[in-house]
Amino acid sequence: MGGEVTKSRKVWAPWNEADAKPFVRIENVTKKFGSFTAIDNVTLDIYEREFFSLLGPSGCGKTTLLRMLAGFETPTSGRVIIDGEDMSTVPPHKRPVNMMFQSYALFPHMTVEQNIAFGLKQDRMAKDEITERVGKMLKLVRMEKMAKRKPDQLSGGQKQRVALARSLAKKPKILLLDEPLGALDKKLREETQFELVNIQETLGITFVIVTHDQEEAMTVSSRIAVMDHGYVAQIASPGEIYEYPNSRQVAEFIGDVNIIEGQITEIRSDSATIKIKGTDVPVETGRSVNATADEWVWVAIRPEKMIISLDAPKNGSINCIAGKVMDIGYLGKLSVYHVRMEDGQIIIVTQTNRMRETERTITWDDLVHVSWSPDAAVVLLS
Amino acid sequence: MKKFTTFNKLSIILGFSFLYIPIILLVIYSFNESRLVTVWAGFSTKWYGELLQNQGIVGAAVITLKVAFLASTLATILGTMAGFAMARFGHFRGRTLFNGMIYAPLVMPEVITGLSLLLMFVAISFNRGMWTITLAHTTFAMCYVAVVIQSRLTSFDRSIEEAAMDLGCTPLKTFFVITLPIIMPAVVSGWLLSFTLSLDDLVIASFTTGPGATTLPMKIYSMVRLGVTPEINAVSTIMVGLVASGVVVASFLHKRSEARIAKAEVMAGNAP
Repeated sequence: MGGEVTKSRKVWAPWNEADAKPFVRIENVTKKFGSFTAIDNVTLDIYEREFFSLLGPSGCGKTTLLRMLAGFETPTSGRVIIDGEDMSTVPPHKRPVNMMFQSYALFPHMTVEQNIAFGLKQDRMAKDEITERVGKMLKLVRMEKMAKRKPDQLSGGQKQRVALARSLAKKPKILLLDEPLGALDKKLREETQFELVNIQETLGITFVIVTHDQEEAMTVSSRIAVMDHGYVAQIASPGEIYEYPNSRQVAEFIGDVNIIEGQITEIRSDSATIKIKGTDVPVETGRSVNATADEWVWVAIRPEKMIISLDAPKNGSINCIAGKVMDIGYLGKLSVYHVRMEDGQIIIVTQTNRMRETERTITWDDLVHVSWSPDAAVVLLS
Repeated sequence: MKKFTTFNKLSIILGFSFLYIPIILLVIYSFNESRLVTVWAGFSTKWYGELLQNQGIVGAAVITLKVAFLASTLATILGTMAGFAMARFGHFRGRTLFNGMIYAPLVMPEVITGLSLLLMFVAISFNRGMWTITLAHTTFAMCYVAVVIQSRLTSFDRSIEEAAMDLGCTPLKTFFVITLPIIMPAVVSGWLLSFTLSLDDLVIASFTTGPGATTLPMKIYSMVRLGVTPEINAVSTIMVGLVASGVVVASFLHKRSEARIAKAEVMAGNAP
């Protein structure tokens, strides 16, 4: 899959290099709380300077995995290796990692300055050095004017900045972020996402972030691990996860998708043909499929990669389904069409509204054709 | 806000009169010029002056303060530890029983607490005196402290402690530089509560005392048997003042920390 990514220019992607050494290695880690398995035999590598996301619904084990990196949980079995050292049983205060907590966890009885200096004091750093580093951190998060304030005199966004500064002050090898933007409103969250990326690039520290917000993960990450029920479903770059999910579950979790069941009729070296269930409509894919003929598979197509039209497209014999418009949702820049196929399944198609709404030609109960290019379809085996 | 009806006003006046008229009378008569308790002969503070001359009362006051200080300090240390344990060690076998056993001394009749302590001191041949009273007071005051600390810790955001450890602070140091300062208002309020409880205890002190260790309430009680004097009124007024300010400060600290927690929760609640 690396082929697509490095097509035109050399992109930074150590996970595709055979000889690159992982900075963090989670090796066959299992964590049980009583009879409940929170993490089920997870193995994953994180490389230096990565912005790595653990993404999944609540209760999927992503926070437990992060807390294991911080040292607040110890694995029931398996190893956690950070920068070549086995850290599985090392307590949090002896690890070269720092964490930014979801609740920010600022010390309420200390000023902003004292909060940021706290970690440095634990290292018995010289006083003037502490002052200098605290100053730098305050500047980094643009909180110089708030240095003498107590946390309860700060707004949510300001607390978030202080928490970030505090966790970065010790220059950790890895910064762990537990839903760092969860408590901010949407607009501030979007701004802060880019700021986080900038800070990460400036400092060159490896970031591991836990989030349930897929857009956030897509925006900030170099790679995403999609988790569910304690296991990792897929690890890949945001683009790859979106364009080439490896299972229905990942496809459905990241963005909207139409999933159509079908049976493989032909497999070639660079493509495959699938017959959609209950119809004779053939689907061609732009990649070969690692399956056998006659096997039942699922074809996943993103709504925005489909085209809706009243007339049959030119090469209408493949990748084209006929249906009836059931619902139209007008969202301003987009319109969402719900098209019912002959067998009753609803296909969702989104189209950019290039024309004004009044000029839209497709309306309720129209018989339409939904088509897509072979590149748009992804075949899923599970 | 609701308006007070006549009935409500009457209830309040009656209730508060019932509670406070005796105390107010005592305070007023402590400033009486006359030696006769029931006859007002003008304002004077001379009985307060005479108090200082009365070796018996001064001695008893000193012992009472010593006992109250030591007992409340010990009770605060032990009670904080117990409250911490109860709040932190999740679910272990017999937790409910253990929890109940911490609260039990709160409702135990004082006579029984006193008697059982006396029996124990006799059994281990501990010389009774100031120290036995101190230990006895520590025993019953520590459960009040434990309750206060436990209730404070249930609303404590543990990630604050985790953040400290994450930043390189050992667990023990974290307790002293992070946890303790944050729960300090509760600790102080527990200490004040213990102090006032110890200050006005008569029953347990009578059971566990020995030769030469007479506390102020015991002294007052024995003096009253020979008739009420304005000196007793004066010393009682001082005690009322001490206890009242202790309780007021303790409840103020408690309220303030609760208000702060409530505020923090509201702010957290605003988050999506």
